[in-house]
Amino acid sequence: MSTTKKFLYVNRKAPYGTIYALESLEVVLIGAAFEQDVSLAFIDDGVYELTKGQDTKDIGMKNFSPTYSALGDFDVSKIYIEKESLEARGLTLDDLLDLKYEDEDDDYAEKDSIHVVSRDELADIMDEQDVVLSF
Amino acid sequence: MAKLHTVNKSPFERDALEACLRLAKKGSAVLLIEDGIYGAMSGTAISDKVKQAMSDVSFYVLGPDVAARGMKEDKIIDGFKIVDYNGFVDLTTEYDGVHAWL
Amino acid sequence: MALEVNGKTFETDEEGYLANLNEWEPDLANAMAKVDGAELTENHWQVINFLREYYEEYQIAPAVRVLTKAIGKKLGKDKGNSKYLYELFPYGPAKQACKYAGLPKPTGCV
Repeated sequence: MSTTKKFLYVNRKAPYGTIYALESLEVVLIGAAFEQDVSLAFIDDGVYELTKGQDTKDIGMKNFSPTYSALGDFDVSKIYIEKESLEARGLTLDDLLDLKYEDEDDDYAEKDSIHVVSRDELADIMDEQDVVLSF
Repeated sequence: MAKLHTVNKSPFERDALEACLRLAKKGSAVLLIEDGIYGAMSGTAISDKVKQAMSDVSFYVLGPDVAARGMKEDKIIDGFKIVDYNGFVDLTTEYDGVHAWL
Repeated sequence: MALEVNGKTFETDEEGYLANLNEWEPDLANAMAKVDGAELTENHWQVINFLREYYEEYQIAPAVRVLTKAIGKKLGKDKGNSKYLYELFPYGPAKQACKYAGLPKPTGCV
């Protein structure tokens, strides 16, 4: 029986322009099988990964944004978005996907996965982690 | 020699757009593509800088890249023209050469 | 590799997963099962159809626990467990059922 560690995946890149966003998502999904305490942070251009209404049919790339909605099924239910990064890009929570998870300890009630946090709060969250992986 | 400048990097990650705006001559055009399209959105930390450049330079943005990234056309800064791939090709022929900022 | 079904040729990778998900049709699943020496029953189809619906919505195959929970909801609690799914798909519910459903090989799960 191994001990559970706190893992944080930090996402800082816009989708499609580079491969980082998709690579990060794939690592998160593979890592989910190891049942660790996983959180995701979206800062800087990483907040663009979660915009809703992405439609890639005219650029010939796979739209992987629907997969973020499956994260709750993989027990990834802590998603932190840095408030300052959203604001610098003229975005609000309404522009982002509505990510939910079912809380097994609360009769499978559907709850929000996304938490908008300030830069200071995020610094504290990062500080608490055993492992931080940055993309 | 009015050039077409293309910018494909996010203005929040690289300074390609700012460098382009600093050096683009009056009468030239700037086309934002790929991650560059974020520079066309209103209400951002960089949108005032883009608006200021509009008196000298024509601005275009590639529609398919806007749609792919889930950005809304009604949030694009007024004065931008949205073009498709054919429009991109037309622009390259209208101007005297392309300067691709990376 | 390729599979020949109803006069059509379906490209697959070296492990037998369909190369182009959009080409999938039910008879292809039957043919893939035959290669493995299996025959698909209504119970298999419920799993295969669920996988296809899930992939359509999320662009990814579900985690095994998601699959078991969903099957339990649909077919009754006695079937919502991995034992039941392993009986249907002895090569691993995710791997084998995803293959028949025309989905890519799932990453990092059974």
